[in-house]
Amino acid sequence: MTSHRRAWITGSAAAALGVAIAPGIRLIEVAQARTSGEAASAKVRWGLLIDTSKCDSGCDACVKACSDENGLQSAIEDRQRPQWIRKVMLTEVKTGRQASAPMMCQHCAEPPCVDVCPTGASFKRADGIVLVDRHACIGCRYCMMACPYKARSFVHEPLANQRAQVPRGQGCVESCTLCVHRVDRGEQPACVEACAAAGRGAILFGDLNDANSEIARRVRALATQPLRADLGLDPGVRYQGL
Amino acid sequence: MSASFTAAAPSEVGAAPPAAPPTLPSPADEVRRFWAVAAFGALLVAIGLGAAHFMETHGHAVTGMSNQIVWGLPHVFAIFMIVAASGVLNVASVGSVFGQTVYKARAPLSGLLSLALLGGGLFVLMLDLGRPDRIVVAATHYNFKSVFAWNVFLYSGLFAIVAVYLWTLMERRMNRYAPAAGLAAFIWRFVLTTGTGSIFAFLVARQAYASALLAPMFIVLSFAWGLAVFLIVQSAMYAWNGLALPVAIQRRMTRLLGIFVAAAAYMVLVYHGTQLYATKLHGFERFLLLDGGVYPLLFWVGYVGLGTLWPLTLLLAPSPLGVRGTVLAAALVVLGGFAFLYAFIVGGQAWPLDIFSGYTASSTFMDGQVDAYTPRLPEWLLGLGGLGLAFLVTAVGVRVLRFMPQDDFARFDLAAGQPVATTGTTAARKG
Repeated sequence: MTSHRRAWITGSAAAALGVAIAPGIRLIEVAQARTSGEAASAKVRWGLLIDTSKCDSGCDACVKACSDENGLQSAIEDRQRPQWIRKVMLTEVKTGRQASAPMMCQHCAEPPCVDVCPTGASFKRADGIVLVDRHACIGCRYCMMACPYKARSFVHEPLANQRAQVPRGQGCVESCTLCVHRVDRGEQPACVEACAAAGRGAILFGDLNDANSEIARRVRALATQPLRADLGLDPGVRYQGL
Repeated sequence: MSASFTAAAPSEVGAAPPAAPPTLPSPADEVRRFWAVAAFGALLVAIGLGAAHFMETHGHAVTGMSNQIVWGLPHVFAIFMIVAASGVLNVASVGSVFGQTVYKARAPLSGLLSLALLGGGLFVLMLDLGRPDRIVVAATHYNFKSVFAWNVFLYSGLFAIVAVYLWTLMERRMNRYAPAAGLAAFIWRFVLTTGTGSIFAFLVARQAYASALLAPMFIVLSFAWGLAVFLIVQSAMYAWNGLALPVAIQRRMTRLLGIFVAAAAYMVLVYHGTQLYATKLHGFERFLLLDGGVYPLLFWVGYVGLGTLWPLTLLLAPSPLGVRGTVLAAALVVLGGFAFLYAFIVGGQAWPLDIFSGYTASSTFMDGQVDAYTPRLPEWLLGLGGLGLAFLVTAVGVRVLRFMPQDDFARFDLAAGQPVATTGTTAARKG
């Protein structure tokens, strides 16, 4: 092989490689064009307070509202179906007392899912909302292994009829976004609205950092608790009556 | 797979009577056999790729995995191969770092197997991702707090270090750097398996995994699994060439495997001992070791019985089976390794998380329930594809370069009064 021909082959191979990976690199640039915390303020810490005494075990208005809002309808079996929010039926072991409560991403201040994510797809906004960047998630599911609340779902099936404001992706991990698209518009998460509309008012949404907010006053006045407090993750969701 | 050796030679050390020389295939037959072997490996790889394509097209809904058991059979295959890839390098380390001549001659094959197993493991791991097409994202975006991100560097680093190590072993001018490269590989593989164990050890929320013992436990398991794979491949290669492994070497490696298997069992015992010490983990341990159905069965019958006790009797007690006993024991250790990992990885996720302390829980999301997982065909085929890739790389590598231990051949040929023309010239003996 002449040196001229060798140089030509090397050049062609380099050009082919460049063409192959350039679109991917371009996509990464696009995905990074707006940093995750840019629009959110660290002065705010969005959170939920769930009053289990008001939660009706026969009511699933919050689950339905979440499904409608985020386009989560699916026909596959429960164990594979994405569930951003679920109703958990609870029985106290010692007393037999029964309760129910909605369970969703707890939007931890120290989220283990963010710690373990290899690509940084799992991230926390400045206002405490924990999200998944759908462009950077490779579907490794390590965040699902790490989440102590089993709050994340993997999209096991091809998707259709997605909501424009809630992009999802097959093969990616997802979870409750605290209806970030609504919150950024100054509205409440869909589950909170639905719970109030159903006459329960078991879920209270607000800014935990604002001392005058209803949620901050209630958290200050009542005995509430985070789940798995032993892990010290400082969740943004607190429970009352457990 | 050179066919230049003409007869099985008895060991100069062993007392066994000389076996009748097997009939070796002609060079043309040998070439045909190589292509058949390579085609078989390529077919397995193609089947694995097909399974991955099917999973990507239809989603992981076609697997048995769920939102509770998020890592299934593919991870059992992948982690076995990645752990064994580290362990198989031990053979080279015993030679290069600890100066044992018998093992030095085996360093090239050890390095090749390490690359092959790591490639096979990563093949499965990557193709089981929800978005395998985004490998470029994984390679360009790092969250350095993530153990997975560390592992990306550890895997690519092992490829590079072992490749350089093999170069120093096989290129005469580079031989003087072999001890340094061997030491680097030795250290790197320790770090790599620490990383593999830490993938689980850092999962503080899960009853099965949050233990600092997992990193050293995986290192010791890697010794046993890696040497077992090495012994199986070495025996297959010798048989291919119509050669018999010298009895003294076989005995040494057999004893070493016995020690590794016993040490691994000790680490597993200590791990479960520490788990059982914590009252809050009693429910999980009872599930995994006693009443969890398939998981206790795999642990006790698969790992403890078939994968530990039976091989130990074959390896440490005098066996009438000779080399066949060693190979049988090694195969059992590999099977036991798969059984152990299945119980550890899948069983550890099947058990529900304890989210609401003091309450029993139930929901449509399997809260409070043991998730029933049955691996489906695409998962098996993807795993077999990974094994196929490791097999193919090994077969082709041995064919095109001199990875087989050469010193023994030379000695046999001299003992048998035959010329040594094609043997003993490799740099492998200098590793």
